[in-house]
Amino acid sequence: MYVAVKGGEAAILATHDLVAEERRGDVSVPEISVEQIREQMQLSVARVMNEGSLYDEDLGALALKQTQGDLIEAAFLMRAYRTTLPRFGSSVPVDTATMAIRRRISATYKDLPGGQVLGPTYDYTHRLFDFTLMANGEHAPAATAADHSLDAAMPRVPDILGDEGLMEAEVPPQHDPRPFDLTRDPVEFPAGRDVRLQTLSRGDEGFLLGLAYSVQRGFGGNHPFAGEIRMGEVAVSFVPEELGFEIDLGEITLTECQMVNQFKGSIEQPPQFTRGYGLAFGHAERKAMSMAIIDRSLKAREFGEAAEYPAQQEEFVLYHCDNVEASGFVEHLKLPHYVDFQGELELLRKIRREQKERLAERKEAAE
Amino acid sequence: MTMLQHDPDYNFGYLDEQTKRMIRRALLKAVAIPGYQVPFGSREMPLARGWGTGGIQITAALIGPEDRLKVIDQGADDTTNAVSIRRFFARVSGVATTEETSEASIIQTRHRIPEKPLDEGQILVYQVPQPEPLRKLEPSEVETRKMHAWAEYGAMHVRLYEDIARFGHVATTYSYPVMVNDRYVMSPTPIPKFDNPKMDDMPALQLFGAGREKRIYAIPPYTKVKSLDFEDHPFTIQSWTEPCALCAATDSYLDEVITDDHGGRMFVCSDSSYCEDRRAKGHIGKELAVAEALDYVDRGEGASHDA
Amino acid sequence: MSALDHSSLAMGLADPVFGSQLVFRTLLKAFAAPGTIFDLPETISGVPEQLPSAAAAALLTMADYETPIWLAKPFESIRPWLVFHTGASSSREPAEAKFAVISAEHSDVSLSSFHQGDERYPDLSTTLIVVCSSLEGGRPVTLDGPGIKDTIVFAPKDIKPALWAEIAENNALFPLGVDLIFVAGAKLAALPRSTQISGDF
Repeated sequence: MYVAVKGGEAAILATHDLVAEERRGDVSVPEISVEQIREQMQLSVARVMNEGSLYDEDLGALALKQTQGDLIEAAFLMRAYRTTLPRFGSSVPVDTATMAIRRRISATYKDLPGGQVLGPTYDYTHRLFDFTLMANGEHAPAATAADHSLDAAMPRVPDILGDEGLMEAEVPPQHDPRPFDLTRDPVEFPAGRDVRLQTLSRGDEGFLLGLAYSVQRGFGGNHPFAGEIRMGEVAVSFVPEELGFEIDLGEITLTECQMVNQFKGSIEQPPQFTRGYGLAFGHAERKAMSMAIIDRSLKAREFGEAAEYPAQQEEFVLYHCDNVEASGFVEHLKLPHYVDFQGELELLRKIRREQKERLAERKEAAE
Repeated sequence: MTMLQHDPDYNFGYLDEQTKRMIRRALLKAVAIPGYQVPFGSREMPLARGWGTGGIQITAALIGPEDRLKVIDQGADDTTNAVSIRRFFARVSGVATTEETSEASIIQTRHRIPEKPLDEGQILVYQVPQPEPLRKLEPSEVETRKMHAWAEYGAMHVRLYEDIARFGHVATTYSYPVMVNDRYVMSPTPIPKFDNPKMDDMPALQLFGAGREKRIYAIPPYTKVKSLDFEDHPFTIQSWTEPCALCAATDSYLDEVITDDHGGRMFVCSDSSYCEDRRAKGHIGKELAVAEALDYVDRGEGASHDA
Repeated sequence: MSALDHSSLAMGLADPVFGSQLVFRTLLKAFAAPGTIFDLPETISGVPEQLPSAAAAALLTMADYETPIWLAKPFESIRPWLVFHTGASSSREPAEAKFAVISAEHSDVSLSSFHQGDERYPDLSTTLIVVCSSLEGGRPVTLDGPGIKDTIVFAPKDIKPALWAEIAENNALFPLGVDLIFVAGAKLAALPRSTQISGDF
C-alpha cells in the first residue's frame, strides 16, 4: 500500500538543531554570556522587557541570547514565559516623583527646581565610530563625579504647571477601580485610558515612533513640548494581604515622559494645557516620548477633536502596535495555504474559460 | 484514572486552571449563542499568534486523559504546523494522538473539515485567523459589533452580488460567509467553500478559536448553517473534472500538485487520512506510480507492488 | 459559618485539574445537547447538603474570583463553602451575577431580573443553576433548536407552569437571555437560551 511521505517531524527537529548551530556562530569566538548582554546591551534588554511586559533583566538578556538578538522574538519569549507565572497581586503604584534621578530634562523651562540633569545620553555624542571598541579597548569607564549631589526635591514639571492650574489634571476615574489588565482581558472599544497606556507601553517602539512622527508632521493636531523626561530608579512595594503593611520588593529603572500640549478650554473650564504621558521600563526615552505623543493624540475623543488621522484612531493604534501579534499574523503567511489557493486557482480558471466562451460566441454571432 | 506523562514544568495542558475556567466559560456562552463571537482573555502562547493559538487554547481547555487528539492543517496530518501543534500537546498533556478521523475525540483543524463525516460526541476545533466575516466591509470593531447586534447584514449581500455582476460568480472561494441558526453571519474560517455544507446539521460540536483577535465562537450539533446566496445564484461548491490521482476519490477536495516545470500536474486529496484510508481499501488512482517517483508517496510497510 | 461542617471545607473536587476537566466536558456536552440528561462523574466530596452534587461540581469547575454569584434563599448558607473553594464574591443583585443558584420549587425571583446580556455582548448574561428534585417524571415539555436532532422531551420535576412560561419568554429574547442548567443529585441537563420550548404549561 502507498502512504504519504511524512518528513514533517524529522524536518522540524532538524530546524531546531540548525538554529542552535547558527546562534552559536563561529565556535572559535568565545560564547557571549547572559551577564555580558545584561550589562553591555542594556538598551536592547530594556526594549525586550518593555515589549515583553516583564521586568527581569536576566531573562531579557537570556531572551536576546536565545534569539540571536532578534528583539521581537525575544519579547515573544518573555511574554510566553510571563503568562505561566503565578500572580500574587498588584504592587502599590510606583511614585515617579520620588525617583532616584539619573537623568531629568525639561524643554519648557531653562531652569527649574532640581535643575537639568543630563545623565547618560547619546544626545550630544557625535555619531562617529569609536574604533577602540572594536579592538576591545574600552578603557574602564571613568565619569567624574559632580562636585555636589543632586537636589533632594525634583518636582515633576506638569505638577509645577498643575499647581498654577495650567495643566490638565490627572484624575483617577470614579471610585478608582482596579485598572484593566491587558494580559488577562480582551480589549473592547471605546477603550479606557488604562487600556491605552498599557497597550502603548508594550507596543512596538518602531511603530509608535513612526506614528508619533506622523502626528508631528501634520497627520495629527498635536504641538507637543517635552515638559519633562526623567529616568532613574523607583522603589516597588507590595502589601501582602496577611501582613497589611507595605514591604519593599526592590527597585526598577523607569523612563517617564510628560508632554505638554496645546491648551483646551470651555465655558466652565478656563483653558489649560493638555497632557500626554509615557512610561517605559529601563532607559527608553524614544519609546516614552513616542508613547506620550500618541497618548495625547488618542485623547481626541475626550476633547471632541475630529479623529481624522491614524494616530487619533484608537482601534487602529491599539490593534496594530503589538509587534508580537503583528509578526505572528504577517509571518503566518509562511504556513501552507494551498487549500485556499486551490479554490482561487479553480475559480480564476473558470471565470477565464467562461469569458473566452462568451467572446467566442459573440464573435460567431457577429460573423 | 490514567496517569499521563507531561512536561512537569507546566500545568497539564499548559494553561493554568484559572485561564482554563475563563475559556470554558466563554465556550459555554458560545455554544448557547450559535455563531456569536464571544470575547475572551486570550493568553500569550508559546506558539506564534496567527499560527493556531486560538484553537490551541480551546483544545487545552478541553483536553483530558481520555481524549485522542488529531491535528490537521490543509486537511493533512503531516503538514509542518500540524506536526508542531501535535508535538506541543504531546509534550504538555501526554494525551494520545491519532491520524484516524473516526478515532479522534478532538480534531484541531486549520482550513479544512475532514472528508469522513464526523459523529456525535466528536469535537472539531477550528483555528481562526479573522473571526469577523464583516471585517473586509467595515474595519472598525465598534461598527461590526453593531451590525451583528441589529443583524444588519445587507452590506454583505451587496458585496456578494457585486461579485456576481462583475464575474458571473461570487468570487469567494474560501471563508465563504454562512448564516448560523438564522441569526448570526459567521466566518467559517478559511475552509474552502467545498466544506461549507458539512457544517450544516453536523452531528459533531464545532468550536472556533481566534487567539490574536481574542474571540471564541461555536456551532452546536444539528444546527442550521446556510451559506449566503441568492435565489437566482444559489450557492455551489467546487468540483473537479478528474478524480484523485492517488485514490480515485471523486467526492473529496483536491489539491493541485505540480509534477514538472512544463505544465505537468495532478490532483490529489487534501485530506491525507481519507486518501490513505481509501488506498488501504484498494482504491487505486491512475498516477500512484508518478507520485512515488516524485517521493510524494511511499510504498509503506507491508506494501506489495501489485497493490 | 455555623451551618457549615468545618471538617468538610477542604474537600471539593478530588483532583482539581482532571476533575474539573471531566465536569466541564459534561457541561459542554449538556449545552451542546439541550434537554439530554448527563450523569456527572464521582469527583466531588464534602458538598453542603442543600446543594446537589451536580450543582456543586458545576460551581467548583466554572466559578472563581471573576464571577460574582447570586444565591437564592435556600442556598445562602453555602456561601462560606463557595467562597473557600472558588473565591467568588457574592452578588447583591441578581443582575450582577455571572452564576446563580435557584430552587425550582421555591423560586421567588424572575428570570428577567438576572443579567440578560446586551445586544452587542449577549454573552454577558447570567448562567442559572436550577435545583430540582429529579430531572425526570415532571410535566413534560418538548424542546427544539440548536443541538437537538429532531425534538426531545424534557420533564424535570418541581417546575411550575409560570417558570416554563418565563423560560419560553427567555428564548424569545434570543440572542439575549439567561442560560439554564437543571440539576438533581449527580445529574444535569442544560437549557441554553437558544432552545425553544413547547408544551402544555
